Amino acid sequence: MSFEDKLTEGKFCIPECDECKKIVWPPSEICSHCFGNVHLKDGDFEGKIIEFSRQKEQFFCIVEFENTIRIMAKISDTPEIGKNVKILKCGISDGDYFFQVI
Amino acid sequence: MKKVGIIGYGITPFSKDDQKIETILLNSTKELFKNNPKINRKDVDAVLISTNNNSKYLSPVLSEMAGIQPNVAHTIESLCNSGTNSIVSAYSYIASGLADMVLVSGAERYDSPGQILEWDNSRGEFKHPIFWASIFAKSYKREYAISDEELAVVSVKNHKQAKENPNALSNKTYSIEDVLNSKKLTDDLRLLDCSRPCTGGASIILGSEEKVNQLSENPVWVTGIGQKTISAGFTKNISFSSMESSKLAGQAALKMADKNIENIDVAEIHDAFSVCEPMALESLGFSKDGKGTNMVKELHETNNFRINPRGGLIGTGHPLGATGIAQTIEIAQQLQLNAGNRQTDNPQVGLVHNMSAAATSSTVLVLEK
Repeated sequence: MSFEDKLTEGKFCIPECDECKKIVWPPSEICSHCFGNVHLKDGDFEGKIIEFSRQKEQFFCIVEFENTIRIMAKISDTPEIGKNVKILKCGISDGDYFFQVI
Repeated sequence: MKKVGIIGYGITPFSKDDQKIETILLNSTKELFKNNPKINRKDVDAVLISTNNNSKYLSPVLSEMAGIQPNVAHTIESLCNSGTNSIVSAYSYIASGLADMVLVSGAERYDSPGQILEWDNSRGEFKHPIFWASIFAKSYKREYAISDEELAVVSVKNHKQAKENPNALSNKTYSIEDVLNSKKLTDDLRLLDCSRPCTGGASIILGSEEKVNQLSENPVWVTGIGQKTISAGFTKNISFSSMESSKLAGQAALKMADKNIENIDVAEIHDAFSVCEPMALESLGFSKDGKGTNMVKELHETNNFRINPRGGLIGTGHPLGATGIAQTIEIAQQLQLNAGNRQTDNPQVGLVHNMSAAATSSTVLVLEK
């Protein structure tokens, strides 16, 4: 299954290269470091908030996973820089990825 | 490499008009040839189009409408810095000897598809540029303890300067309070902090040394070019309070021109949002890190137009494919002492900074008399 297939099921996986073992981000079936094949790691990954702002009542933040992957995600509680968070919800809606962290 | 210079240019007013992309391209091209009757269209070796518009085959289309039969004809797209990328391509054709004279025409409609980079899924549902701009603003303010008031001066200054630019989208001036009280888009961004997409075109003709000397009474030379692309995705930026690609592109351009930043008398800076101006000034070396807003404030208070004399993207409007070309035209006009009420004090060396997609890619040009 591809990253997007998993994401459609609401699962956030980490793409990792079979050969060089590096994380490949943004997700791709081919490693950007060595062009090796990429597999997906399942898990309950913890990320860290590195920046945030707010539109109306909705906070949005940049979350970093494994010191490599960064995504922009919604968050309900007031974010704090450096705070550890996990994916609460994710998927694809109208072609766009969406992420919510807690 | 052969020497490359600017022979002529033409520009349209920037507006919210609903015009066909082909019409916008032709309008600025027509202005160019009207302004420079000595240029023979038969001598144009290449026609390069800069746009994010989805229409196809625009270079042959413009060429046919303008009565040109070029050898080289194609489009160049790189989101917001398509314009300077096209100028770099024109430079390369001429410097290599493949062409002696190249027309570069940039145009965009107010509803350009280039405003959103659909590919960048790491932004999740936050793909509109206001979200990266909010993250930049928040990060910059936090890093250097900068206030919203200090950032608002960028918009106040650039709207004031745009008022002296007859082609600018805005002809109003605003106070700091006006900026702070304008529509709140996010906690870190007000409407008047933003450049606005618009309809506009800008064309420029570059040529070899021989052609420039033959056709221009007031030559301006492209003496430095620097470009750097770090990534396509916004979240790959290492820092959200500085612009790495701009720093590297600026260093490369100055090195090629054998100049220091202190030698630059006038500059066009890619102020897509207020925060971008101090960030770029710092990354290019005009000011120390965290001190860009001090420089902006001083320039504003002393009515010094040397940064973004035409009003920047915030005051002039941002027709993506035309922006880098319009910036280059402004610096050429400044060096030719032909910038009307915007004229700065006898500049000898100018710089253009044009970037795309949250500074993931930057182009810097150095121009000299």
